[in-house]
Amino acid sequence: MPERQRHGASIGQPLTRRDGPDKVTGAARYSADFRPEGLAHAVMAVSGIARGRVTHLDVAAAEAHPGVVAVMTPENAPKLAKSPDLKDNPFAFRLDLLQNDGVRYANQPIAVVIAETLEAATEGAFLLRPRYADEPAGVALGAGEVFTPETVGAGSATAEGSGDLAAGMDAAEARIAATYDTAAQYHNALEPHSSVAQWDGDRLTLHTPTQALWIAKGRLAGLFGIPQENIHVICHYLGGGFGSKGFVTSPQILGIMAAKLVGRPVKLVTRREQMFGPVGHRAATRQTLTLGATRDGTLTALDHHTLTLTSRYDDFIEPSGILSRHLYAAGAIATTHAVSRADIGTPIFMRAPGEASGSVAVESALDELALELDLDPLEIRLRNYAEVEPITHRPFSSKALRACYAQGAERFGWAARPRAPRQMRDADGLLVGWGLGTATYPAGMMQGEARATIRADGTALIETAAQDMGQGAWTVLAQIGADGLGLSIDRVDLRIGDSNLPNGGLAGGSTGTATSGTAVHNAARAAIAELAALAVADRASPLYGAGNAGVTAADGRLARRDDPARSESFGDILNRAGKGSVEAKGQGAGEPASRKTYAMHAHGAVYAEVKVDPDLGQIRVTRLVGAFAAGRIVNPRLVRSQYYGGMIWGVSLALHEHAVLDPRSGRVMNANLAEYHIPVNADVPSIEAILVEEHDPHVNPLGIKGVGEIGITGTAGAIANAVWHATGVRVRDIPITLDRLLG
Amino acid sequence: MKAFDYIRATSVAEAVAAAGRPGAAYLAAGTNLVDLMKGGVARPDILVDITRLPGLDRIERLPDGATRIGALVRNATLAHDSGIARRYPALAEALLSGASGQLRNAATTAGNVLQRTRCQYFYDTASACNKRDPGAGCAALGGVTRAHAVLGWSAHCIATHPSDFCVPLAALDATVEIEGPAGTRSVPLEAFHRLPGDAPERETVLEPGDLVVAVTLPAEAEGFAAHSRYLKVRERTSYAFAVVSAAVGLRMDGDRIAEGRIALGSVALKPWRTRAAESLLAGAAPTPETFARAAEAALADATPSGDNAHKIELARRIVVRALTLAAAGTPERVPALPASPFAPAPSAGVTAHA
Repeated sequence: MPERQRHGASIGQPLTRRDGPDKVTGAARYSADFRPEGLAHAVMAVSGIARGRVTHLDVAAAEAHPGVVAVMTPENAPKLAKSPDLKDNPFAFRLDLLQNDGVRYANQPIAVVIAETLEAATEGAFLLRPRYADEPAGVALGAGEVFTPETVGAGSATAEGSGDLAAGMDAAEARIAATYDTAAQYHNALEPHSSVAQWDGDRLTLHTPTQALWIAKGRLAGLFGIPQENIHVICHYLGGGFGSKGFVTSPQILGIMAAKLVGRPVKLVTRREQMFGPVGHRAATRQTLTLGATRDGTLTALDHHTLTLTSRYDDFIEPSGILSRHLYAAGAIATTHAVSRADIGTPIFMRAPGEASGSVAVESALDELALELDLDPLEIRLRNYAEVEPITHRPFSSKALRACYAQGAERFGWAARPRAPRQMRDADGLLVGWGLGTATYPAGMMQGEARATIRADGTALIETAAQDMGQGAWTVLAQIGADGLGLSIDRVDLRIGDSNLPNGGLAGGSTGTATSGTAVHNAARAAIAELAALAVADRASPLYGAGNAGVTAADGRLARRDDPARSESFGDILNRAGKGSVEAKGQGAGEPASRKTYAMHAHGAVYAEVKVDPDLGQIRVTRLVGAFAAGRIVNPRLVRSQYYGGMIWGVSLALHEHAVLDPRSGRVMNANLAEYHIPVNADVPSIEAILVEEHDPHVNPLGIKGVGEIGITGTAGAIANAVWHATGVRVRDIPITLDRLLG
Repeated sequence: MKAFDYIRATSVAEAVAAAGRPGAAYLAAGTNLVDLMKGGVARPDILVDITRLPGLDRIERLPDGATRIGALVRNATLAHDSGIARRYPALAEALLSGASGQLRNAATTAGNVLQRTRCQYFYDTASACNKRDPGAGCAALGGVTRAHAVLGWSAHCIATHPSDFCVPLAALDATVEIEGPAGTRSVPLEAFHRLPGDAPERETVLEPGDLVVAVTLPAEAEGFAAHSRYLKVRERTSYAFAVVSAAVGLRMDGDRIAEGRIALGSVALKPWRTRAAESLLAGAAPTPETFARAAEAALADATPSGDNAHKIELARRIVVRALTLAAAGTPERVPALPASPFAPAPSAGVTAHA
């Protein structure tokens, strides 16, 4: 069993972001802020139709526009080393890189105009005035053939279950069956996808936002037929990814191709309306929950069937049913998925893929069952508390969900909740409702590597190609490194966001800190071991011969474990050895044995209060309390910020976010931030996030679980349940809109 | 972006002359126009910048008790003007419920009156739109229509006018002052915007070169100050266009309504004044029954233009609510969430405006 890490001088401290001053002063440069000498600007023209092909582009008109340098179309687009449709690994999502005239979704790139100015490129793209041979498009969920996908999400089984569902249903004394629809959501990070690309022969320097520098490097090397070492991807700051920057997208690559075509550095920035198609989205779902329980609320059967849709040309299946495999104990469980194809861009991972859409359905259904049984929503959840992972019967590596329920309920005042709906009003006569949802997300890990260098001046350098997309990697990796090295954090330099550094894994799947943090920790410990080896072998060192007793690192000094008074500074050890520095690498990955033995998940409980105007139906969340247990908390301030962000997205999922597709044209009709609603400040209530203590000795040496996604789970269901509690109306179309509440 | 000529006008006469040329458009704050230009929805050849015109940024009290608001008075300036807030509280509430603080700081009085519809099909240049491209057809018909018109629409256009500001202006009998090649004229705001009919591309009565120089509220408009509200239902608490909104004013005579005003927003291609409903208020007691009758009358002619029947019922309810709130008295100050159902309802402690 890994040694339990002491609570260090840095880990656990609520440090402010180390990159904060750069961000607030504008010194932090994002990808599109770079302007190499000779930069040209590229603008994509995107398809107005959802299916068919482009028959004409007025290239001459665009080329004639003053300032236009070139127009890139399938006629002249640089050829690629391999087809962007080649699926040589499951995560090589098919791309639209002007290799043919086909159109497979609305807003697909169909040309790129490169010009001396952004304005000229924009006008050039307009002047192309495409003509099409269009074919009837279908974008509806469940239209056409419905089939069972081979896998869902990131390679999970499409169906999984346990027990005899029919017998479980027969044994039930209460049953509910309900179908919930969740809307399509499109990633709209503040920073759109962009690239600033510069070729030097067959070497590429690229500023682009990516959640995974090495994955990007590998994908680009394959497409352009050059060695990975020839590609230098730089992304020090990333203005939000949420899954859509996990894999490099078509617009980013088109910018690189444009630079190749014109032989100049090129900048391409995706326009806001172009975010609705080529960079992924969360697909709509229709989930049917069939639950059976005995009178006391014990689930005898839980059947969670998801119908979703994916693109006509590739597979990403929103795995909404997965959380039902981990969350509640039930006599029998069935989780299944089905999918239909549509003329849409391929969906992709979006913050808590599967768990977010699945959670709102499961939590709603559980409350519907609780109503049937006249049980308190908290009681029914505790009645079905999973002591072991339901289907696999593996023990949890740690699970403090009971404490989450209790601490959240206490803080929220849940005990005062009347059982029946429409019982509470505020002083202005608005209906008030309270709801609860359980939060859950797997504690996964990817593979990463880091390098730690201890320098003779008593400082250190930590390097890994990890990515800070706002979650706080600039700060927490330095905290972990500082503690691993026994240095104060102000003596630790951190380099991340550069593909020339060791592979830092992926800032995604709530694995970033667990993976790169573990790598940093191991690298730091390995560097200390190197340093210790120098000292204990050196007769002049007070640590000479400490081999068996061992040494500890603290405050920039190594000390004998058995006699801390015998110590020496890092600098003295290195100087005497005639070395300027010592360095070592460390790996971060899940340990296969413990991952096989234990189920690893973070958990939480979210309590929501909503107010609803009884006549006008307008809804507002007025209070959210979330209590989450996610192992060791490296930085409580940043973790709270992650929970807040997730919970706010939960508000968005429950009440706002909804891509509206015209079924005739397949176009997203609200492809702008005025009409594609996300919550504004006035929609964001008083939020509290309680950090529930949880010690996990199995998940990784530091005991870290991810916190990036769990906040969105639980929250939307809690809000949906609160809306029911306020109004007595159960809305099964998510997001819940006011017209459903007019009665 | 299409290249355009830029003319900075120094006098109204110069502006009118410049803007009379084909392809010319006036530019004030540009909070709407520049967005439309970036999206390729509007492609003017000439922009006539009127922001430097002297004298158009004043709020004036006229000798007859009317208030004249210059075309370039910013929305924020107007909303926070103490005289405006006191005399025409619904106007201030409507302004503050619109857009965002940043936009209100820039957006002008005339620009607000002239803002274009938010119909998604108007904005989406890949969709057919009779407004953008006369004769092309209306892709909104039979499409995504939750937010579209329920009054005054035609088979050629089912868009709505999105302004909050114009709704109380219509209720209060405001007039629009226009300078044009043919001289100066005034048009009632109610007649300023055109219903779509068979020419939805003609949005207002303005002729080429015509410049809105002011909006004037008549002296009588002040008579509603004590019982006046703007109420706006939207799909998020702020920074959203109305699903439906209503501006109402009551002039009380003891415990009876002497005169009532009702205008609806986001239900038609113009702010929708409803005189039939108003006539039911005159002389009636301010009771729930009176308000319900008025609401019925206000929406008597409404028909869904698509999947938007809910707007009709919602509009009725907003009329009742706004009248109820107005009858209880205008709040002493504009609520922190202006025009929102989540603003505290008036309670016994609220005092009416003097």
